[in-house]
Amino acid sequence: MLNIRSWSLSRREAAAGYLFISPWIIGFILLTLGPMLASLYFSFNQYNIVDMPRWIGLGNYTRLFNDPLFWQSLKVTLYFAVLALPSGLILSFLLAILLNQNIPGVRLWRTLYFLPSVLTGVAVTLLWVLLFNPQMGAVNQVLELIGIKGPGWLNDPDWSIPALVIMALWGVGQNMIIYLAGLQSVPAELYDAAKVDGAGRVMQFRHVTLPMMTPVLFYNLVLGLIGTFSYFTQAYVASGAVGEVGGPLRSTLFYNLYLYQNAFDYREMGYASAMAWVLFAIVLLLTLVVFRSSSLWVYYEGELRGKG
Amino acid sequence: METTNTLTAPIQAGKRTERWKLGIRGARWMTKGITTLLLAAGAILILTPLAYMVSISLRDRSQVRQASLELIPMRHIEVAVNGKDEPLYHVTIDGETREMALLKKAPGGKGIFADPANPDVTYELVLKDQTPVRVISIHPENYPEAMTAVPFGRYFINTMIVTFAGMAGMLFSCSLVAYGFSRFRGRWINILFLLLLSTIMLPSQVRLIPLYVLFQKIGWVDTLLPLIVPQFFANAYDVFLLRQFFMTIPLELDDAAKLDGASPLQILLHVIIPMSRPALVTVAIFHFLYAWNDFYEPLIFLHSRDNWTMAVGLQTFNALYSINTHLIMAASVIMIVPPILLFFFSQRIFMQGVVITRMAEK
Repeated sequence: MLNIRSWSLSRREAAAGYLFISPWIIGFILLTLGPMLASLYFSFNQYNIVDMPRWIGLGNYTRLFNDPLFWQSLKVTLYFAVLALPSGLILSFLLAILLNQNIPGVRLWRTLYFLPSVLTGVAVTLLWVLLFNPQMGAVNQVLELIGIKGPGWLNDPDWSIPALVIMALWGVGQNMIIYLAGLQSVPAELYDAAKVDGAGRVMQFRHVTLPMMTPVLFYNLVLGLIGTFSYFTQAYVASGAVGEVGGPLRSTLFYNLYLYQNAFDYREMGYASAMAWVLFAIVLLLTLVVFRSSSLWVYYEGELRGKG
Repeated sequence: METTNTLTAPIQAGKRTERWKLGIRGARWMTKGITTLLLAAGAILILTPLAYMVSISLRDRSQVRQASLELIPMRHIEVAVNGKDEPLYHVTIDGETREMALLKKAPGGKGIFADPANPDVTYELVLKDQTPVRVISIHPENYPEAMTAVPFGRYFINTMIVTFAGMAGMLFSCSLVAYGFSRFRGRWINILFLLLLSTIMLPSQVRLIPLYVLFQKIGWVDTLLPLIVPQFFANAYDVFLLRQFFMTIPLELDDAAKLDGASPLQILLHVIIPMSRPALVTVAIFHFLYAWNDFYEPLIFLHSRDNWTMAVGLQTFNALYSINTHLIMAASVIMIVPPILLFFFSQRIFMQGVVITRMAEK
């Protein structure tokens, strides 16, 4: 009797729980799972919205692997990632270390450095387009003051990606805050223990700070890599402002930009869906590879306890 | 001998540590000084672009074309000479400084100058030795002009609708869902929670195209609905953040309300929500920033001019009026003012929020 009552109660409780999470369940089915399956289906079809989808099997995928622009978009995305991610990581980590010190006005500094990361999007991109203007822009004028003839930046296919990387580095404040939180969560006892063992500041950094921070650094690297495949607004607005979207000479044709063009400029919904699924596979693969390799160099607290 | 040694040795050692400590203190001051200098240099690098943005937004077209690095907009003074406006210079003749107009440039980096009161007597002088007479000249009228050049009022209203209707939907749905995940046990609830977290890694592109097709078929493309309605179905980030916060609220409070006969919904409304103000404010602020800056989805779903948000309107404005750099910068300044204000009034919430949302990504 008592058992049944408690059973029905827990059941009633579970029912209430499902009721509360139902907005997400409905949303997941209608806005995520359903569209995902539809996009998988589209990827095997030729589809322009107006006409019915026409089954072409792996046609979109074979076309994709023979499409030089697809390879170009991959190259552009990876090039940007290779330049932007390590430099962003080092810069924001160094900033976090500087801002973790007991210096006067440290909160003001943190605020200032964090500010640009809340200013993303079109307005700030247009500002950088102006700053990077080869003739009138402030960047090249400053370079000229120190005797360097600045490049064409966004107008030059060799310099357009470095320009976008500089733009991205302007917003490193967000990662800085995350590293700062990580630095502050390193237990003080570890530093005390290191001091007792006679470790200087460099040794403390090398043997306490760095190992304790690697998980945070590592997650940010993975997320940054995945984020690069969704990079869109800055590339679209900046390249569009100086000429052709994705230009000059397709040097800023990011993966997501090419996907967008296929879907919404050329109405190749099937082809773009195939690109989306290749992207999904890449993201999955990257995540797995980096997580697998992480045991080589990422240090988790649990391991310390295990070894200790 | 031995006794003195044992007596003096610690004292000497003490002196040595004293000196050593002083050295360390000095080194600490050095590092602090160097750190502050580095930070100041970096802060200048970070803030100069914003100052430059404001500076350009206050210039007129000719000042933009002069492209000076000075942050305060200046203008050359011109005087009428023989019915033509010529730039005025401070020139030095025989050690005496006089104001003269530059009539024209001459070969060899020289210029022909004349006193405006007596333009027939001209002087040929080396141009770079003379300094132009300039005054501060700012143009705040760029702001109203930028706002009326394109229907920014309309874009502003659209952006506000998208931002706040979406925020209402997000707060409503995410509170319910986070409550469900934080307070109820069921066979599937944990699995569903993992599923929810895994959607954070999912690239949005794998669902975007069919969603576009769906919204097209039901006539929602080119309305604000595709940007608002999905917010009513919760999202992984905000659910996770709110759930983490709800978990910190003691269950005893729920139990007390239950004893008073409160239903689960009443507990959410009268116990959980009032205690979760900081978390709700955090997700609301982040939603504001996201919706305010979002360009990708408005670009995809909004086609006609009257439906654009500010982000799309600004980008198009730039494409149409690229010669009016000053107006574009004025519009851009207007667009970044709300996020800056929000940021300065709630920086602590911001910084904590970034940390917590990033934890969600783990």
